[in-house]
Amino acid sequence: MTREDAFFQFLLRMGDNTLILGHRVSEWCGHAPVLEEDIALANTALDLIGQTQMWLGLAGEVQGEGRTADDLAFLRDAWDFRNVLLCEVPNGDFGRTLMRQFLFDAWHSIQLGRLMKSSDERVAAIAEKASKEVAYHLERSADTVVGLGDGTEESHRRMQEALDYLWPYVGEMFQSDDVDAEMVKAGIAPDPASLREEYDVLVSRILGDATLIIPDSSFAHKGGRTGAMHTEHLGHLLTQMQWLQRVYPGAKW
Amino acid sequence: MSQVTTQPSISQVWDWLDAVPDPEIPVISLVDLGIIRDVAWEGGTLVVTVTPTYSGCPATSVIAMDIETALRDRGITDLLLKTQISPAWTTDWLTEKGRTKLEEYGIAPPQPAGGPEKCPRCGSKDVTRVSQFGSTPCKAHWRCQDCLEPFDYFKCI
Repeated sequence: MTREDAFFQFLLRMGDNTLILGHRVSEWCGHAPVLEEDIALANTALDLIGQTQMWLGLAGEVQGEGRTADDLAFLRDAWDFRNVLLCEVPNGDFGRTLMRQFLFDAWHSIQLGRLMKSSDERVAAIAEKASKEVAYHLERSADTVVGLGDGTEESHRRMQEALDYLWPYVGEMFQSDDVDAEMVKAGIAPDPASLREEYDVLVSRILGDATLIIPDSSFAHKGGRTGAMHTEHLGHLLTQMQWLQRVYPGAKW
Repeated sequence: MSQVTTQPSISQVWDWLDAVPDPEIPVISLVDLGIIRDVAWEGGTLVVTVTPTYSGCPATSVIAMDIETALRDRGITDLLLKTQISPAWTTDWLTEKGRTKLEEYGIAPPQPAGGPEKCPRCGSKDVTRVSQFGSTPCKAHWRCQDCLEPFDYFKCI
């Protein structure tokens, strides 16, 4: 694998995470329990889609085949996506959506902090921009997880169920492969495994405040960030997200 | 449309841009918002460097169009718009004039403390947060406990 191939894969992983999670979160638009939460979710989705344009835009540039961020978002099929499985699992109820957001935001904020020191100044610039938005996402998702976890009997039960369901998807964010090794060597990105300690400290503190119990299992579903095996849910998501470009190829407005 | 015979000065261009309203918050200008990072002549080309507020803000493309329209109306035909994301936009770049206008308009200006200093309508300091997000990516939703009016707060980033 060349340096450029690895760099392209790394950028797809960053951009596909924000794209797929952004799309998932946008599915709440018009459906959230209260108006303020609806607006908050839509704003979060908007930030993530904006970050996607930067990551996938750079991916297209690095690949050098003239593909735009839109081409990469709308004209690839499931097996070419590189997001972690956590981002593509269905929303479930409001609590599970916010739990997923928190588990992702916590990783995202640590990752962007490291990427701000990337040897590639374009990566560092995107990370600097995105990290401000993500700090805000994390503040909100952490507050909501604590509010609901340490809330009523029902909200507590639902948040524990959400954590039990989502926890097996956490481990994938910290797995390393040859793409990561190449990025570490080039000083572009950190080894994913090196983020785990900081993540565990942060997540344990917030989930403790939320009176929730982290499942005692290190089992991790994987296959998203390598593209080896996505869940069945990604294809369903793509049919919705991509249908317009599939039906009317090249449509612009 | 007037034809430009001599190159307008850089400060003239800044004045023109200061007359272009933000599409979402028309009471302040693009210059007030702090998103115009640089104006320069490169030969016969006017280069305007813009930084986005939030990366997904839908106003970004409208802003680019508004800048282009405003400057073409002033006779500038050779224009290049550049986007620069680093250093990332911060609300510290809002001008004093912009902050005053926001408050007069009913939007509490950003504060380092992370919340509004006072209600932009009645001036009471007894305010409470309704939601961390508001009607645009750059704002949060607050309410005054005295006059009971809801209001927008410009998030501090």
